[in-house]
Amino acid sequence: MNIRMDNAQRLGEVIEASTTDFTAQCFELFQSPPLGSLVKTIDESAELFGIVCHATTASLETGRRPIARGKDETNDEAIYQSNPQLLQLLRSEFSVLVVGHKKNEKLYYYLPPKPARIHSFVYLSSTDEMKEFSQSFDFLNVLLNSHLLIPTEELVAAALRQISQVFEDPYSFLVTAGKELAILLGGDFNQIKTIMGKLKQ
Amino acid sequence: MNQENEKQTLGIVVSGSLNKGIDIRLDSSACVEDMAVGRYVTVEGNKRRFFGMITDISLGVIDQRLTLMPPDISDPFMAEVITGTGTYGTLHVLPTLTIGGDVTSLIDGPQPVKTVPSHFSLVNLATQEDVELVFGKEDEKRFYIGTPLDMETRICLNLPELVKRSNGIFGKSGTGKTFLTRMLLIGMLQKSAAVNLVFDMHSEYGWEGGSEGGHKVKALKQLFPSKVAVFTLDEESSRRRKVSTDCIVKIGYDEISPEDMALLHQTLNLTEPAIEAVYQLFRRFGKKWLQSILEMKDSDETSDLLKELNIHESTYQNLRRGLATISRLPFLVPNSPDSPVQRILGYLDQGINVVLEFGRYTDITAYILVANLLTRRIHNQYRERMEKAIGENIAPPHPLVITIEEAHRFLNPGVASQTIFGTIAREMRKYNVTLLVIDQRPSGIDSEVMSQMGTKIICLLDNERDIDSVLAGASGRNELKSVLSRLESKQQSLILGHAVPMPVVVRTREYGSAESYKGFASAGEADIKKQAEKDIEELWY
Repeated sequence: MNIRMDNAQRLGEVIEASTTDFTAQCFELFQSPPLGSLVKTIDESAELFGIVCHATTASLETGRRPIARGKDETNDEAIYQSNPQLLQLLRSEFSVLVVGHKKNEKLYYYLPPKPARIHSFVYLSSTDEMKEFSQSFDFLNVLLNSHLLIPTEELVAAALRQISQVFEDPYSFLVTAGKELAILLGGDFNQIKTIMGKLKQ
Repeated sequence: MNQENEKQTLGIVVSGSLNKGIDIRLDSSACVEDMAVGRYVTVEGNKRRFFGMITDISLGVIDQRLTLMPPDISDPFMAEVITGTGTYGTLHVLPTLTIGGDVTSLIDGPQPVKTVPSHFSLVNLATQEDVELVFGKEDEKRFYIGTPLDMETRICLNLPELVKRSNGIFGKSGTGKTFLTRMLLIGMLQKSAAVNLVFDMHSEYGWEGGSEGGHKVKALKQLFPSKVAVFTLDEESSRRRKVSTDCIVKIGYDEISPEDMALLHQTLNLTEPAIEAVYQLFRRFGKKWLQSILEMKDSDETSDLLKELNIHESTYQNLRRGLATISRLPFLVPNSPDSPVQRILGYLDQGINVVLEFGRYTDITAYILVANLLTRRIHNQYRERMEKAIGENIAPPHPLVITIEEAHRFLNPGVASQTIFGTIAREMRKYNVTLLVIDQRPSGIDSEVMSQMGTKIICLLDNERDIDSVLAGASGRNELKSVLSRLESKQQSLILGHAVPMPVVVRTREYGSAESYKGFASAGEADIKKQAEKDIEELWY
């Protein structure tokens, strides 16, 4: 199992966790996964699946803010070259909304019994896992009902865009997902319209 | 073939009532534009299957705002997502028959519906097998009349059942009533259900008729020469049209009775006192009354007679004018050597159908007079024979079907109680005589007579009153109304009543091409062969 996990793309490490979400720090600065990516973390008993819903890059110390350093540099890359310590003073984090878990090879589209463990690794889901996970659109409901810093429409659209890329026919996947959304959102046609507008690639 | 067997799921039942029919929400995969009023569907209930007909199709939205601010349908992605979710189609289906899941109900076959399917039952388009199960296959009793819309299955009428009651064929002019009648007559002839007496106003059923396309089509006598006899009132016309007639009908004055005059009072413009005078004169002169009146001169003798009978001069003149119109009809002769009634009955007894052509005498006076006069006598004979058959326990006479055109002239509320046709429509079923009524203004027919019609075959009608009158009393009238007004003007008809288990829209079988004649003839040959085998069997064993 560990061998398989090593092959998967390791993104970071859990540094904060709750039942509904967790935050991970990226191993490399600026290397957070795209918004809406399906990621997972492995617990002793279950694999937790989540959608990347937010990402930040900030100073290691909360009180210290970076200052502008590029006045005399020719381009922004040169700032990092002349101040190599910067890479050590900043960190990138991303937040993940938990949408389901897998236990005994079976997928469940509801919250896991326990939150993610601190310091467990976070991986990007493989193509097969994404296909398997998106066989049901039950996770959309969790996304629509979340209270986040970003609008839910943005998150839903980003997640569907990301997942659709693993299919040979992304269009038909998006149509099916759109129909599911139309049913879920029932009366609120404006919301459907907003999401539809963001799904187009 | 695969396509025929494959079930096409349309949607699910969402609401409804037995009275008003059930509503079905269309699946997003089924296109609302592919649906058609009049098509059949099956509903898979939990315990039984239901069979019904689409009677209405409508559109729905889950959010009213969609209708106020329509989405951008030019974007195919949006259109595809919204179809079947935000917007959807609804079918209104009238369930008519049900088949239970247990063994006994499979044997009993489809039964009239007494309940509705449960919520969210699956709805499929009816397959060929379903339709066959409901309408039966073509056999020695069932006659193939046409196919349902968009299907190849044959819809068959149970002819022995059909002729047990009076029936009607209705439709606007030019909708194919004559073709349908011809076909139905062939059916009756082939399936030996009954013998026919056709009062053929426009000479279309005996030898040949025309189609709107201009080409000629064969009629009964050409297709089944041994089973049809053509009588004519107009020898010259028949000869010109090269029709081989079996008998020329001449009617003697003495065969006309006062009742015949009563029926003609509208067309001859006779007053009430004039009709009264006919009865008085009949009492005075007996059977020779008509001839006696026509021979009367304007003399003192006449005025004395009128005074004696208390007939006013103007009434007498009115009567004379009316009778003069009749006496000008060439087929009426002072003395007829033989009785046309006996000749017709002779043929009917042998199981030979009789078509009476009117030739040039297509005016309604001649038609009403002759049809009424002959039918009254035939009816009396049948009544006598039937009573005799019951009393002496012998075989009853052949069931007889009398076909009349322009039926509203005979059966309008004013005269239906007087004419013999009114009586037949109401009560002659027991005496083995029924009517086949062909008409374009069913609203003109007495409602009491209409209510007794067993099976109605209705082509396109667009007059509100006509539609109301043909559908009076049918269950699911309002639904059928919408089906009826959407029939195509040719080759489509709605059949409802006794001979079909449920109302059905059919595309009428082809008639008029060489191929179609072959179809009719070959079925006839099979019958003849079967009859011959039966006869041989009876002879030897």
